Amino acid sequence: MSQCMARCGNVWAAQRDCRRRGGRSPVDEKRLALGVGSVPVGLLSPRLPVSPFVPLQRGHDRRVLPGCGLVSSLQRGSAGAGCSIRAFAWHPHTSKFAVALLDDSIRVYNSSRSPRSLRGSPQADKALLKRRLSQRILKCCRLSPSPAASPGRTSVPAAARSCPVTAGPGPQGAPGTALTQTSATVPILKHRLQRSVAALAWKPLCASILAVACQSCVLVWHLDPTSLSTRPSSGCAQVLAHPGHSPVTSLAWAPSGEMLLSASPVDTAMLVWDVSTENCVPLQWFGGGGVTYLAWSPDGSRVLAATPSAVFRVWEAQMWTCERWPTIKGRCQTGCWSPDGSRLLFTVQGESVIYSLSFSEYSGELQGQVGGSKTASIVADLSETGFETLYGEERIGGEVHSMAWDPSGERLAAVIRGSPEAAESRTIVAVFRTRNSPVFELLPCGFLQGEPGAQPQLLAFHPCFKKGALLTVCWSTGRISHVPFFFVSAQFPGLSPRHSPVAALSSSASVREQPLFSEL
Amino acid sequence: VLGWRVAASVAWSVLLLPLCTAAFISISSIDLLHPIQWISNSFNDWYTSYAIFCMLLLSVVILIISIFNVEFYAVVPSIPCSRLALLGKIIHPRQVIHSAVHAIMGMLVAWCAAVMTKGKFQFLAVPCTASESLDGAVQHMCLNEYHLFLLLSGAFMGYSYSLLYLVNNMNYLPFPIIQQYKYLRFRRSLPALVKHSCVESLYLVRNVCVAYYFFGYIPRAWISATTDLHADSKLHPLDTLTGLLDLSLLYHTWLCGIFLLITWHIAWLLFKIYATEAHHFPVQPTFTEETDQCLPKILNSNPPLIIKFLALQDLMLLSQYSPVRRQEVFSLSQPGGHPHNWTAISKECLNLFRDLTQKLIMQQEAAATNGRVKQPSAGEPPQAAVSEEMSFQAQRSNVSRAHMPSLVKSSLLPLKTLSTSDLGSSFGSPFSSPALNRQAGILDLNSPWHGSVQSPHVMRRGPKLWTSSSDLQMNGSHQESFPVISVARVGNEAIQPSFIYTWLQNKQEQVRSFLSKRVLIMYFFSKHPEASIQAIFSDTQMHIWALEGLSRLVAASFTEDRFGVVQTTLPAILNTLLTLQEVVDKHFKLPHASSKPPRTSGSLMDTSYKTLRFALRASLKTAIYRITTTFGEHLNAVQVSAEHKKRLQQFLEFKE
Repeated sequence: MSQCMARCGNVWAAQRDCRRRGGRSPVDEKRLALGVGSVPVGLLSPRLPVSPFVPLQRGHDRRVLPGCGLVSSLQRGSAGAGCSIRAFAWHPHTSKFAVALLDDSIRVYNSSRSPRSLRGSPQADKALLKRRLSQRILKCCRLSPSPAASPGRTSVPAAARSCPVTAGPGPQGAPGTALTQTSATVPILKHRLQRSVAALAWKPLCASILAVACQSCVLVWHLDPTSLSTRPSSGCAQVLAHPGHSPVTSLAWAPSGEMLLSASPVDTAMLVWDVSTENCVPLQWFGGGGVTYLAWSPDGSRVLAATPSAVFRVWEAQMWTCERWPTIKGRCQTGCWSPDGSRLLFTVQGESVIYSLSFSEYSGELQGQVGGSKTASIVADLSETGFETLYGEERIGGEVHSMAWDPSGERLAAVIRGSPEAAESRTIVAVFRTRNSPVFELLPCGFLQGEPGAQPQLLAFHPCFKKGALLTVCWSTGRISHVPFFFVSAQFPGLSPRHSPVAALSSSASVREQPLFSEL
Repeated sequence: VLGWRVAASVAWSVLLLPLCTAAFISISSIDLLHPIQWISNSFNDWYTSYAIFCMLLLSVVILIISIFNVEFYAVVPSIPCSRLALLGKIIHPRQVIHSAVHAIMGMLVAWCAAVMTKGKFQFLAVPCTASESLDGAVQHMCLNEYHLFLLLSGAFMGYSYSLLYLVNNMNYLPFPIIQQYKYLRFRRSLPALVKHSCVESLYLVRNVCVAYYFFGYIPRAWISATTDLHADSKLHPLDTLTGLLDLSLLYHTWLCGIFLLITWHIAWLLFKIYATEAHHFPVQPTFTEETDQCLPKILNSNPPLIIKFLALQDLMLLSQYSPVRRQEVFSLSQPGGHPHNWTAISKECLNLFRDLTQKLIMQQEAAATNGRVKQPSAGEPPQAAVSEEMSFQAQRSNVSRAHMPSLVKSSLLPLKTLSTSDLGSSFGSPFSSPALNRQAGILDLNSPWHGSVQSPHVMRRGPKLWTSSSDLQMNGSHQESFPVISVARVGNEAIQPSFIYTWLQNKQEQVRSFLSKRVLIMYFFSKHPEASIQAIFSDTQMHIWALEGLSRLVAASFTEDRFGVVQTTLPAILNTLLTLQEVVDKHFKLPHASSKPPRTSGSLMDTSYKTLRFALRASLKTAIYRITTTFGEHLNAVQVSAEHKKRLQQFLEFKE
């Protein structure tokens, strides 16, 4: 057994200590709330039309989807009953995202303006946002009362107190008001073979090639970004099928865009595709079953592959050798890589902790060595804790179901699911502040919760949000909300962060955060 | 480099031979009813002198097969453009030798298999079952037809293997898409190999039976006549239905086929794996005598094609994985401070791209002006002299230059325009038969007036053109006499490529136009559009690596290039890439270009060369995006033409 079980204290406790000492308590919620005023509207307005959802959800209650059992139990976010959104993926370079709905159609939303051009007119944005906010039902989600938002220090405006962003319109919100900023065409992708979509992935370093993991194959859609058609023909889709490789549930593109990994929980081989020539190389091993979760490190050097058994593997992406990591309790649920690929955070089913596994710095030719450290250490203990809030005591904590680390490496979001026995504990998104160098730090900074009854399902960070981090949460009600975090990144603010790991290393020394936008 | 690899692969395939043989012996004497006896018997059989002798013989066979593998390998697949070309390839002397040797080897393997199988297959001559002399003093020897059948089937299988080797382009060495250890690669493809061999052997057995049914009496009669052995009158002759429906015979033939195919395929697979393994070329020589082996030198010289491929692959790998070696690329030379390494590498890559651009433009020209250029050539009087020929070629090159889109600026077309476009247009134009191609190529290489115009760069292109047209050279058994004669003549009278040459050319045109009216001839001659497109992109793997390597180097230079050596070449790189991108885009608008050939998944044969053009398009786009995302806004400061600037802006906005 290779993990050392060095228990560090409960993070929540650490947090409380921190506050008592009057030290730097993270006040991100406030900043988050205050920052609402200048959320780029172009980013906000892509939203799901409400109409297709109502019948869909009803339909889902009644019928059992073919193959839903296996696939949905392994899907990352499908937190039980209402899984109205199957998959979500941001484009790695532009403000464009794809959403796979329950009926296996995929919609691609595209903001008409790039985030770069948004800097120009904050006034107009603000005015528009005010109008929008006033039209909304504003109580859709309240920030959870967390330790940091103590009554003494908050002077949050009432409007900002409420949900910062509503992606879907309220039940009686006039549809169409916010559509003015999105590009008019929302391509809907449908294909004969596109069944039980489990994952989406945009090809990096490419305008719009979208890989879709389906029941029997991987579909690769070649979309023309300039085209105005709303229903691309199925001729635009390339079918990658391999005998014995189904259902495909996870996909990962190499960050350099040459290769596509696809994996299935049933097939023991993981396939490396050269998409353009449709060649594939199966990577086989023995024991452990298939692959339930794939994550390629942002620097392209390593790949995490979790199996349905209590083992996960870390592949090294040059010579394709792997290191085997047995876990104590259950299978590896989810994992995410730091931007420079030197640290892996992962969680295990049945344990409410986050493990960290650090890897030797990727330098020179490793020649087939994964180079992981000997043991994994626990960096956060998320066991259940009660919080005294204005609304009474709330209990939060439990297993982590999915995690996302923002591309600058400064925010970590995790879906924490409460224990099923306790009725009052619930699923919630916890956001942490992280720092990767010189030493790894993880501090809690707040919670996000949706409307009553809504459970967070999928998490994703915008890959190139210039002013901090933009977290996108898909809720079980079919809503997608974008939550911006504004901070001055210690990282070199230009360019796309994933391509300058050197800059990331050199400059992440001082984390100084200021509220950039203080008034609405 | 290659020598050691070949030796290692041969050694391994010989070492694996006893394993295969042991497995073959055990399976061939399988006896399910008495498993223990069977196992002990087969253990004993392994040590018999027969088996050991056979093993030695088989090692020799493997050695010879490996020698043929080495002799015949190619990194650029040869794609026959028409059926006649394929036919021509089969009767090419090289291929005939290949087939003959393989047939003999097949017979040897079958003999070994027969001897090791024992039983009724062991010897060619057996005592007759019904010997007339009942006293037994004089035993008559009879022909063992089973043995003969096995031998013939071995020869047939060897020949079929050789044919399939040709048709499936098994001599093509596909480079793997990911680097893996050799053992893992071998283990990965072993199940596919075994399965493929079994199925293949089944088909071959069927074919053998059919062939023997119809023609079996010929070799039997011949053997009986020469060795004075007579067929056993009591047994059924094997070329009847009842004779052929002998299950044990079929089973053993099938096993023998599997054994043959597996051992040969293993030799082939090992050679492939060893030859395509990444090789580490030093960027900077540590000692002076190593200068010839370092990367920039190899890229700029004209090594065997496989070395060039390996060098480009290594360039791609170093640009991706090795910061230390990247640093060496960006470094300056010690006395003098010139970035020799970078200059050499980038120059070679850009040259590759320019060549490809030229080739594609010519091909598009040919497609666009289909039939227009044909008129002057048909109307040309047969007594055209050298000067006319010259002017004609010049005119053609003018035409093609005029048709060249404006994007090809004169900066991209240095002095060599004339000669390369000559080459290209005669290469791609529709009326040029392969034979003419060959003549043109030879003319360009040999004739003095051309040689004077040629830059050394074109000289280097020469061999490449030769190899690509040599696939086609057998096109037309009817015309075989023409190219041979003309080649000889042109070679002799290089000073005045004369009369006869032009006369022959015209005659040839006439013959062609006459023949093209016949349907059967058209069937053989009609070019398969897909194949001709594949032929253009057959060596594109090189370009793909160059694209990846160069773009990664440029992207890495953003942070790692301390002396700014890359900046100076950045405009040229962008120009070349964008031009190529434009041409490739245009190419994909041609008919047939964007349709995919049917994909055969899971087979042992690699058909990736059929889709290389898609890989080129994808990696070209990725390369440009890699540069644009790394440099971002800074690219606006790079000097490129307005057209390219617009294009770059589109890439920056991810609108491409």
